Amino acid sequence: MATMTLYPDDERLAGGERTAFNLYIISSVALFVLMMLLGLTMRMSQATWLNVAPDLFYRILSMHGAGMVGTAALVTTAVMWFFLRKYVTLHLWAFVSNYVLFMIGAVCIIVAIFIDGYGGLWTFLYPLPVHAMGLWTPNAAALFMAGYLFIGVGSLLFYLDAAAGIIRKFGNLGRALGLQWLFGGSIDPNHPKTVVASTMVIIANTLGILAGAVVLVMSLVNIFFPEMALNALVAKNLIYWFGHMYINATIYMGVIAVYELLPRYSQKPYPISRPFLWSWAASCLFVIVVFPHHLLMDYAEPRWLLVMGQIVSWGAGFPVFLVTVYGALTNIYRSGMRWTMPSRLMILSVFGWAAGIVPAILDGTIRNNLVMHNTQWVPGHFHFYLLLGVLPMALALMFHVIGARANRPPNTGADRVGFPVYFIGGLIFVLAFLDAGHLSVARRMATHLPEWQFTDKVGSIGAMLVVLGMLYFAIRITSGLLKAPAGGSPRDSTANAAG
Amino acid sequence: MIQDAIWYIALTGMGLVAVGFIYVISQAGKSADAAATSKSAHTSNVLRRWLFGALLVIFVTGSYATLHRFPIPSQDASLDAKQVVDVVGQQWSWAINPATVQAGTPVEFRISSRDVNHGFAIYAPDGRIAIEAQAMPGFTNKLLYTFAAPGTYKVMCLEYCGLGHAPMTSQIQVVAARGD
Ligand code: HEM
Ligand SMILES: [Cu+2]
Repeated sequence: MATMTLYPDDERLAGGERTAFNLYIISSVALFVLMMLLGLTMRMSQATWLNVAPDLFYRILSMHGAGMVGTAALVTTAVMWFFLRKYVTLHLWAFVSNYVLFMIGAVCIIVAIFIDGYGGLWTFLYPLPVHAMGLWTPNAAALFMAGYLFIGVGSLLFYLDAAAGIIRKFGNLGRALGLQWLFGGSIDPNHPKTVVASTMVIIANTLGILAGAVVLVMSLVNIFFPEMALNALVAKNLIYWFGHMYINATIYMGVIAVYELLPRYSQKPYPISRPFLWSWAASCLFVIVVFPHHLLMDYAEPRWLLVMGQIVSWGAGFPVFLVTVYGALTNIYRSGMRWTMPSRLMILSVFGWAAGIVPAILDGTIRNNLVMHNTQWVPGHFHFYLLLGVLPMALALMFHVIGARANRPPNTGADRVGFPVYFIGGLIFVLAFLDAGHLSVARRMATHLPEWQFTDKVGSIGAMLVVLGMLYFAIRITSGLLKAPAGGSPRDSTANAAG
Repeated sequence: MIQDAIWYIALTGMGLVAVGFIYVISQAGKSADAAATSKSAHTSNVLRRWLFGALLVIFVTGSYATLHRFPIPSQDASLDAKQVVDVVGQQWSWAINPATVQAGTPVEFRISSRDVNHGFAIYAPDGRIAIEAQAMPGFTNKLLYTFAAPGTYKVMCLEYCGLGHAPMTSQIQVVAARGD
């Protein structure tokens, strides 16, 4: 079966594609290391092991939030591109434009934060950006928002090109999602999971980015014409509609790597099924309407929206547990799989997603929000599935690709040390956040009460390990990508041939 | 205390997920012949149905248990509370009026903001959050809460509001109910 080839021909990176992919990946791993160092700085400052002035702390927090969310989107866009290009025609200019616009946006954001002093966080919650009490100017806020607009336009370009390619091949987005097979009919066994996931992301994230564009433009108008005030509740709804979808899209783009690569490493088919199509159709709807769970403590929000926020948050667990996690576990069960870096990272990523969703669902419950909202429970659950879910998905593809040269998945002694350092550090780090949330430690605070500092210290230790692990991964991947690709005729290889 | 309950539920849930993974990982290195593979495919389908059933039961009972008495008071109707406290947040202080209330009878908090979004969180004397609500400019959120025990309750801001966010604290004195 063709999918069982570890490095199939149609995935080979040549010429401009290889340069573009390397640009994405090397920039991403470098940004991840830098943003993690900022994260570590904040955690150690909360632990009083470092002394960071509050003004600088909130600027670092703004940078870390925007930078991590953006980089996660950048790297998972590369994952989606890498696999989707096998099935539909994607134009390299769209992929490259996204990169260029992202970098322009990133420069705006960095200048806004570190030169102009913007410290209104990645959520730019109206009216804080224009109400800084002298800490930054409205122009700094405007520059920050302009940065977002560049990044958003880049994503839209990439999605439009992908949507066009998908429609050319499958007729319309509904057929690409496989909606025609939900209630019957025989599913085309060759319908690619990658296309299903990509289509879902295109639909949901385009809506999210458009909502973001609306609220960004409204906020920009308000910056230059302050008499045009916004409704704070409407603005908050739009911001979280955008923010929630944008960051969640990274999981749905990242998981494509697992769908594509896992069966090659387990050497067991991982067929498409009706539950799979249901789960993606449902997730598409859920991710679009779940955002009110960010407004559970805004009592002015219409009650039906709050109820929807809770019910959908809970419902979101079904597709994840029953299809993606269950499917991945069944796939490796008694498969005779050998553990190498890509397979380890893939299983870690599915675990991080599955386990992280548990505290997420608890947090999406109105009753629990009454005592947990905006505590460190929140960074606890989302770092769980970003740090131990999304990043490992992307890292799995990177390690896979750097193995192409030797035609063998990477698995050196150093890899075998780097992996547990990252994983165990990550677990300590996220559990310290969750415990802090349980102890009512507030999130987003530069200074912590003395009784809060124990979890800060434990979290800092975990974070140091994560940074070490990620630094190693970054160097390993960068040097792996920069080596010349495998030359000559591609040899077929299977995971069983791997050492 | 509800935070402890949530924490133990979370640990249990994450623990169960971990056990499932550890089991499958421990089996992943073994190979199976065609017969064994089709047998375990069958078992896994049966198990998946059970898992679906279990999740459905948790979903339905959990949603009912947490929503049938809606945790947030009606914002339109009068709450008929004997004690009413007005709360206004502004960068970076709280105006709480009156700042002394009685234990044992419901207190209605009317929470708003003069500038940006703030978070009104009441910390009990044991250092844990008793209750919270957002303070949003242009809106008044009504919160109903009955203090069980007298003491000094700390108010903290739980929505980032700029440089003075962390020090934006205040206090509420809760006194024993007058026997009337
Ligand atoms: C070594 C790894 C990391 C460390 C040490 C770290 C540290 C932190 C800290 C200390 C906070 C603030 C917590 C608080 O509110 O008190 C934070 C927030 C955040 N982190 Fe991380 N983090 C790491 C990795 C990541 C990754 C991989 C992502 C995403 C891909 C991420 C995304 C975020 C986001 C979105 C926020 C919220 C920012 C906000 O509250 O506005 N972090 N992180
Ligand atoms: Cu605040």
